[in-house]
Amino acid sequence: MALIEFKNVVKKFDGSSVLDDVSFSIEKGEVFCVIGPSGVGKSVTLKHIVRLLSPTSGDVIVDGVNITDCSDDELFSLRSRMAYLFQSGALLAWKTVAENVALPLQECTSLDDAEIDSKVNAALEAVELSAAADKYPSEISGGMQKRAALARAMVRQAEIVLYDEPTSGLDPVTSVMIHKLIKKFNKERGVTSVVVTHDLAGAISIADRLLLLRNARVAFCGTPQDFLKSTDPYAMEYVAATKGITI
Amino acid sequence: MTVVREPIWDDAPRSKFASVVRRSLTLLSSLGWSARILLSTIAAFPSVIVRRTSRAEFVHQLYVTGIRTLPVLAVVSLFMGMILALQVGLELRRFNQEAFLGSAVMISLMREMAPFSCALCLASCVGSAIAAELGTMKVNDEIAALEIMSISPVRFLSAPRILALVVMSPILGFFCCVIGVMGGGLVGETQLGVDFAQYMVSAMGIVDLKDLYVGLLKSFIFGLVIGTVAVTQGFGATHGATGVGKATQRSVIINFLLILMFGYMVTRICYR
Repeated sequence: MALIEFKNVVKKFDGSSVLDDVSFSIEKGEVFCVIGPSGVGKSVTLKHIVRLLSPTSGDVIVDGVNITDCSDDELFSLRSRMAYLFQSGALLAWKTVAENVALPLQECTSLDDAEIDSKVNAALEAVELSAAADKYPSEISGGMQKRAALARAMVRQAEIVLYDEPTSGLDPVTSVMIHKLIKKFNKERGVTSVVVTHDLAGAISIADRLLLLRNARVAFCGTPQDFLKSTDPYAMEYVAATKGITI
Repeated sequence: MTVVREPIWDDAPRSKFASVVRRSLTLLSSLGWSARILLSTIAAFPSVIVRRTSRAEFVHQLYVTGIRTLPVLAVVSLFMGMILALQVGLELRRFNQEAFLGSAVMISLMREMAPFSCALCLASCVGSAIAAELGTMKVNDEIAALEIMSISPVRFLSAPRILALVVMSPILGFFCCVIGVMGGGLVGETQLGVDFAQYMVSAMGIVDLKDLYVGLLKSFIFGLVIGTVAVTQGFGATHGATGVGKATQRSVIINFLLILMFGYMVTRICYR
């Protein structure tokens, strides 16, 4: 059974469809990338998985639970197994990097201070941010903020991690580093990762499967290899545009 | 309860009538949502004391609400007492009744003016800051991030702030009353020829425990109102910096109106 399933999801804002009859499924343990141009509904898709948005019609099923009409308790229980890396990082401005990473452990577990410190240090080390542990989010770069948010997302040992444009606005070196971290967490911890991005090269390097959205609908869903071989005109156009080739 | 919510309608209204109906329903929905946040916050008050991290935040909010606003409150209440004493004293002098200046100032301050002016200052200084802070967190997805981490924004953000306002508001209201009475005494001594000791005897002679309790009750209610309005406006902020500005403005306006309304209602109930 699929871990996450979209069934005929329609989402409208002010009468216009952002998602129109979108259906796909994500298997446990895979890295699933959602690609497409800006404004096509990638982040909206991601937000449906944690019910930050609810579909106008259709169902979103996470681990057998229909998240669109589940109770607050069920939602709380599902969310406790997920982590979400926001485009902006969404770190709390008045807490240091280490305090931000420690937050989910302090608030949602009964671990003592020593255990929390040890897990926080390990998480910061994994994203190479130990030196910035005592700095505030405003004192570090955008790339470091994203890595800190990644450490916060991973410190809880979440089973499903949702990444919203994890490399947008970052230099190529940092982008590659973030992609490597996503793949590393997936391999080492068996995390199911859903990555929203418009960075096709990055998506191809980490994805087990790709979903291409076009005009609020699914244009392609399959492996990166199949995507690159696809004869679908839009998929070809998207690949060509990414490579900077005019066709 | 979840704080991040979507608009009720995902299409534009088709007529002006539909637009009016939707606005009315949205208002009712917002009132219900605010009531839910208030009840959830009150239910979360014990956790503020029990949980170490929440307790630290609560102490910080006590400092922000209580200590940081003291200079403003001291100046406002001092001048309010002085103005009150001058206006009342000049009228009393016409009837050679300056001896009752202390009573008049004390009664006005304790029953009405001290809780009222304290609440307005708190709404302006603390309420607006809370609305802006939480509004910024909302538009920056920080509140959504908390919810996804299964950290209740109501318990983590709302409860320490509202509880701090509820605790500090009566204390600050009493402080305003004391400073205001002192200001009145200063004006009485220097401009109206009323001896300070005589002024204080007159002021303390009129004090009734009921007046003190009503004043404290008003301050308590104002604290609850200011916190609830500020938190709900902050949590409801949308559309970036402009939305945060609007939420802050709405917080101050709604608080001013509710402070006046609740002030009248409590007076009406307690002094029939």
